[in-house]
Amino acid sequence: MNFSQVVFIILSAMALIGAVGVVTNRNLFRAALFLILSFVGVAGFYILLEAEFLAMVQLLVYVGAISILIIFAIMLSRRIMSSEFRASNEQWLIALVAAAILLGVLLAILLQVNWPTDPVADIPDNLMVELGKALVAPDQFLLVFEVASVLLLVALVGAVIIARER
Amino acid sequence: MDFILNLWVELGAWAQGLLNSWGVPEWGVNLISDIVGALILLIIAVMAVIIFTPMERKVIARMQDRPGPNRVWPYGLLQALADAIKMLTKEDIVPRNSDRALHMLAPLIVAIPAFLVFAVLPWGPQVIGKDLNVGVLFIVAVGSIHVLAVVIAGWGSNNKFGLLSTFRAVNQLLAYEIPMVLCILTVVLFAKTMSTVGIVEAQTVPYFVVTPVAGMIFLICALAEANRSPVDLLEADSEMVAGYMVEYSGMKFAMFFIAEYVNIFAVAILTSTLFLGGYKFFGLEAVAPILTPVIVFVKAVFVVFCMLWFRATFPRMRFDHLVGFAWKFLVPLALVNLLLGALVVKLTDNVWGQAGFMLLSNIILIAITGILVNRIARQLREAPAIKRIAAVER
Amino acid sequence: MTLLSDYNFIGVYIVVVVIFPFIALGLAWLLRPKKPNPTKTDTYECGLQTIGDTWVQFRAQYFIYALVFVVFDIEAVFLFPWAVAYDQLTLWALVEAILFLGILTVGLLYAWRKGALRWQ
Repeated sequence: MNFSQVVFIILSAMALIGAVGVVTNRNLFRAALFLILSFVGVAGFYILLEAEFLAMVQLLVYVGAISILIIFAIMLSRRIMSSEFRASNEQWLIALVAAAILLGVLLAILLQVNWPTDPVADIPDNLMVELGKALVAPDQFLLVFEVASVLLLVALVGAVIIARER
Repeated sequence: MDFILNLWVELGAWAQGLLNSWGVPEWGVNLISDIVGALILLIIAVMAVIIFTPMERKVIARMQDRPGPNRVWPYGLLQALADAIKMLTKEDIVPRNSDRALHMLAPLIVAIPAFLVFAVLPWGPQVIGKDLNVGVLFIVAVGSIHVLAVVIAGWGSNNKFGLLSTFRAVNQLLAYEIPMVLCILTVVLFAKTMSTVGIVEAQTVPYFVVTPVAGMIFLICALAEANRSPVDLLEADSEMVAGYMVEYSGMKFAMFFIAEYVNIFAVAILTSTLFLGGYKFFGLEAVAPILTPVIVFVKAVFVVFCMLWFRATFPRMRFDHLVGFAWKFLVPLALVNLLLGALVVKLTDNVWGQAGFMLLSNIILIAITGILVNRIARQLREAPAIKRIAAVER
Repeated sequence: MTLLSDYNFIGVYIVVVVIFPFIALGLAWLLRPKKPNPTKTDTYECGLQTIGDTWVQFRAQYFIYALVFVVFDIEAVFLFPWAVAYDQLTLWALVEAILFLGILTVGLLYAWRKGALRWQ
C-alpha cells in the first residue's frame, strides 16, 4: 500500500462524502458546501493523474465560479432561505428499487471489463505546450475550440435575456 | 566563498546531507525538508502581518500629518504584538441565530488561500517552495477559495447587513478577477511559461516597462482582490460596519485581518515577480545569489508602499462605479492589450524588439483610451444641458 | 512520477496551513473569557432589534454579474494553453484566437448594450 494509494483513498472518501452530503442534507447551503468538497476531491484526482492544468481549472471554474453561482441562486431565493427542505417524499420505495436495479446493472458491467492499469502513452514533458498546440491545430481540436466560444456566447446571451428586468 | 554566496541552497543541501548521514530513509528526508520549508514559509507570511500592520498605520499617519501609533516600543513598531494580545483575549461572541458550524468554518478557511500563494513565489532561482509547472494558474485558482470564505462568513453570520455586504463583496471580487487573469495571460504570452521562476528568468526587461497597461491593471485588480482602498467598500466602517465580518470578534476577526495582510504581502511579491523582475536586479542575482530574498523583499515593500499611498490618497469608489469600472473599462482594455501582445510577439523574435514595440503600442493605447474617455465624459457632461434646453423650448 | 512528486510539498504545505488557524483559534479559546448573555448574542443591527428572517431583496443584478463572470472565466481558461504554446504556433493560431476572443467580445458588447452590466 504505497503513498499514492493512501492519497487516493483519502480523496475518494472526500469526494464520496461530499456527494452523499449534497443529496441528504436538509439545509441547501450546506449541501452546496458539500458539493464544493466533492469538487475539491475531484481536483485532487486530477493531480494524481498528473493532469495539473485540469486540476487548477477544476478549482478555478468549478469551485470559484460555478459553486458561487449555485450559492447565489440559493441565497437569492426567499423561500429556500428558511433552510427547511424536505429531502424525501412518498415515492421512496419505487426510487429505491430503480436505484438498486441501476446499481446491479452497473456493477455487472464494471466487473466484467478488463480495466487497463498501464498508462496508454507517455506523458510529454511540455504538457501545456502540447495542449496549446492541440487546441489550435486544424486537424485536432480547432473546431471544438471555436464551437466552445459560440457555446459560451449562447450562454451569455441567454443569461442576459432571461435575467433582464422588463 | 561559494558556500556563502549560494547560502540558501547550500544550507538546504547541507541539512539534507546531515539527515541522510543519520540514517533517515529517503522519504523521511523529503518529508522533513518539506515540513521545515512549509514552516519557514508560514513564518515569513506571518511576519508580513507583524511588519506591515504598524508600517501601514505609521505611513498613512505621516501622510496625514499625524504621528500614528507610538506607544509600543520606540516608534510604535511592535503595535502588531499589542494587537495580537488584544485579539487573543477578547471574548468570542457568537450570535444566537447564526449557523454555528458555518460561523466557525469561515475564519478557518479565509487565511488558507493567502498562505497557499507563498508556495510558488520565488525568493531566488532555487529558493522557492515548489516551482510548479502551472505556478500562476495555481495562484489564481487558490484565490477563488477566498471568495468562498467570504460567502460562508456572510451567510453564517445571519445578519442582514452582513449578507448584503457579502453579495457586494463577492461581486467585487468576481468583477476584478477577470482583468487580473487577462493581465497574467499577457505576461504568460511574453514569458512562454506559467511557472513563476520561468517568468522571472524571462524578464530581461521588467514586464512593467514592456506593458505598463497590464501592470497598472494588475495592480488595480490586486488592490480590489485584497479589499484595499480605493475599492474597500466592504470593510469601510461608514458603509457596512465591517461588512461580512460584522458578527466576528476576537481571534476569528483576527483571522480575517491576518488573511488580508498576508494577502497584501503575497500580492505585492506576485506583482514584483510578474512585473518588476522578481529577484533580478541588473545582474546582482548572478554575482551574489545570497541577496535575492533581500531584493524580493525590497520590491515587495515598494509595492506595498504604493498600495498604502493609494489608500491615503484616493476616496472610496461607490459600488456601481466599482463594478462598472471593472466590466466596462478594465476588461475591454485588458482584452485589447492581450491582442496587442499577441501581435507583438508574432512580429519579432528579439526580446528587446518585443519590449520596444509593446511599450510603444501601450503608450498609443493609453493615449487612445484617454481621448475616448475624455470624449465620452464630455458627452455625458453636456447631455443634460441639451435636454434641459429642449424641454424649456417645448 | 516527477510531476507528482512536485505536489508532495504542496500537500504537506496545505496540511500545515490548514492546521495553523486551528492552533490560533485554539490558543484564543484557552485564553479568552466566556460569559455569554442574551444581549451580547443578539444579531447586530446598529443597536436596534432585528425583525423577521434574514433575507436580502432579490436583485437579479448580483446574479447576472456572477453569470458573466463564469463565461469569462472559462474563456480565460481556454486561453491559457494557447498563451503558453503561442511561441511555437503559426500566425494562423493568432487568427483563430482573435476569432475566439471576437465572438466573446460580441457577447460582452451585447450584455453591455442590453444594460446587463448596469447597476440598477
